[in-house]
Amino acid sequence: MGEDTESSKGNHSFLRDYVTEADVISTVDSTTQENLLATGDKGGRVVVFQRETVSSLLPPTSSHLLSSLLPLPPLLSQPKGELDQVGETGESGEYNVYSTFQSHEPDFDYLKSLEIEEKINKIRWLPQQNAAHFLLSTNDKTIKLWKVSERDKQPEGYNLKDEEGRVKDISTVTSLQVPVLRPTDLMVEVRPRRVFSNGHTYHVNSISVNSDGETYLSADDLRINMWHLGITDRSFNIVDIKPANMEELTEVITAAEFHPHHCHLFVYSSSKGSLRLCDMRASALCDRHTKLFEEPEDPGSRSFFSEIVSSVSDVKFSHNGRYLLTRDYLTAKVWDLHMEKGPVETYQVHDYLRTKLCSLYENDCIFDKFECVWNSSDSVIMTGAYNSFFRMFDRETGRGVTLEAWRETSKPRAVLRTRRIYTGGKRRRGDVGVDSLDFTKKILHMAWHPEENIIAIASTNNLYIFQDRVSPDTQGPDLGSDTI
Amino acid sequence: MRKRGSRPIYMPVRRRREKANMYSKGTKRKFSDGVDNKAVAASYSLQRQSLLDMSLLKLQLCHMLAEPNLCRSVLIANTVRQIQEEMAHDGSWQVVTEALGGSGHGPSDRLVDTEVLCQSSEQQDGGPRLYSVMGYDGCREEEVVTDKALCSVVVGDRAPALLLGTIGHCWDRGELRVEDGVSKDSGTGEEEGTKSGEGAKMATGQVFGTFEIKNGAPGSDPALEELFSDVDASYYDLDTMLTGMQSAPKMGPYDFLDSLASSHGSVSNSSCRADLNELDHIMEIIVGS
Repeated sequence: MGEDTESSKGNHSFLRDYVTEADVISTVDSTTQENLLATGDKGGRVVVFQRETVSSLLPPTSSHLLSSLLPLPPLLSQPKGELDQVGETGESGEYNVYSTFQSHEPDFDYLKSLEIEEKINKIRWLPQQNAAHFLLSTNDKTIKLWKVSERDKQPEGYNLKDEEGRVKDISTVTSLQVPVLRPTDLMVEVRPRRVFSNGHTYHVNSISVNSDGETYLSADDLRINMWHLGITDRSFNIVDIKPANMEELTEVITAAEFHPHHCHLFVYSSSKGSLRLCDMRASALCDRHTKLFEEPEDPGSRSFFSEIVSSVSDVKFSHNGRYLLTRDYLTAKVWDLHMEKGPVETYQVHDYLRTKLCSLYENDCIFDKFECVWNSSDSVIMTGAYNSFFRMFDRETGRGVTLEAWRETSKPRAVLRTRRIYTGGKRRRGDVGVDSLDFTKKILHMAWHPEENIIAIASTNNLYIFQDRVSPDTQGPDLGSDTI
Repeated sequence: MRKRGSRPIYMPVRRRREKANMYSKGTKRKFSDGVDNKAVAASYSLQRQSLLDMSLLKLQLCHMLAEPNLCRSVLIANTVRQIQEEMAHDGSWQVVTEALGGSGHGPSDRLVDTEVLCQSSEQQDGGPRLYSVMGYDGCREEEVVTDKALCSVVVGDRAPALLLGTIGHCWDRGELRVEDGVSKDSGTGEEEGTKSGEGAKMATGQVFGTFEIKNGAPGSDPALEELFSDVDASYYDLDTMLTGMQSAPKMGPYDFLDSLASSHGSVSNSSCRADLNELDHIMEIIVGS
């Protein structure tokens, strides 16, 4: 991975400042894939992790970036006998690098004289339909469909080619043989299958695969396009909020997602804190929303930063399709799709920052875009914060817990302990003061396994994978006893 | 927040500390009666002005980036508008516009619109006048920080009125119509030479780091002259040539050309296209595609 960065640095030295920045993880996804996890980084690379099961023993590939940081011991260090005892599929729960590939390269828009970053903004897995896995990855402008497949057999015994592939001299062929497939070492092949380019003038911030399995949407700051997975030269524009006069622009699209079950519904969020649910059956261009979810502003707490703080950075449908989870700068909110006038639940993620907004505005932290995720049963929501902290909220009890993703304190198989921010009152040992928070360590990207209580947290260039040993299946993690 | 050294300091060092203290409680207006009402109001308006300055500087700086973040810019611009409206509502905006000087600007203009900018430029000769929000001294951050005089000129009184009119154009680089493309003041040949020179600068240095924007005609409003001494109309031409044919949203330094162009009439498309072909050729050579 170091070599990749070096070579691209040489070609674009006037465009790239830091080598290390290329390793910063910019997106994580594991939805719909039971045993695969993909991360994209600023250098345009995608790393796919696979959860080890008894049946699939992969030798670790070039994982020097992350293998030392996973809080789970590498597979090969265990003697074989122990592995057998681990038991059923998935119980070992080890994630190892499955494949690494360069998804996007830095590009240059000659017409506008602007660099197009290779940073991967979003990755989304497609629902699995056969033995191969497909994922969509996007940078600011171009979306690519990648096929990740395994090959463990190879044809041997060609008549006209020898083992190295060179053409044989025909005079040496005295008899015919039938090529046979022989098992070989497992190889993971990644090939680009589609490239969806020239669909966006602005920066793509979201992609979402439709439940119909055939289409997906991509959203940039002002437009949302719908694509067919098989067609790369056309896309439908379904939302366009670009004003005729750009001077009047006051609102941009920040995130968009398809409904998990209804292929005609999608939602998009805006920088003004509103959500719009659109039904594609109503019209071809869904500029007029079907439902507008907006919380009326509290006039008493209005400040100059109210609008910035209300900008929604991420929106996610719940797995059952009845709720929406949104994240703005200070809170995470759960909305009922049937109630537009306000969220049904509001969780304060880091309210102690409310009095620091001006400083956060000065150093641009107020513009950080945090993601949020549901657990598999929609009973727990999770989102990131600063200082390598992330927060989980149990919807049934309303309780929240703060956990830390930090290498020093996370030994393999150690229990994560809850953290507290000291905001007044009695100070306990281990409490962290608000002024000593490290705002460069932000947890922006995360993923929750679609069925189990396994979470992946991306912190700068580290990926942490945590598993709940107490309640490993679909129930919400037991927040009282912490997750591992 | 310990980010020293990792971020450019937008504000002059002297003001930073006092601002941090002021903002520790947010920017809510406090209700107080009696003796300290004036003091509170004064400190509030100082905070507000400081926030305005910071926002404007952020907007200027983001024009320098290769890929400005549209969402961030929109949010900052909205904040600036909100402050502006509140200041107008308070009546303190009157002070600012008066400080701007007569020259035909209505002091009652709450939101300074493009007309103001167009008027100033029309008084001068030559082609489209371009003065960038960040035009002074090629936007070197050190100068903004340490040159207090420059800061106060830019940020204190005059600039808000002028610059706020441009807020709406911040991300409008791609909206330049073809009319903007070819200036009236120089022939094609002359433009070519300039363009290739500028283009070379573009390829070698940072994409937006080194160009300067010169103000073409002398003898104009001295305040503007002082403020926007680096406007280079010829480089603007190169850029609009490149972007004029395609509607693109990239925010750039030439964003409020829209307003200027509308007052300068239009130029035919065909001459623009011929120039564009030559430009393509030049760009190919420069970029080595």
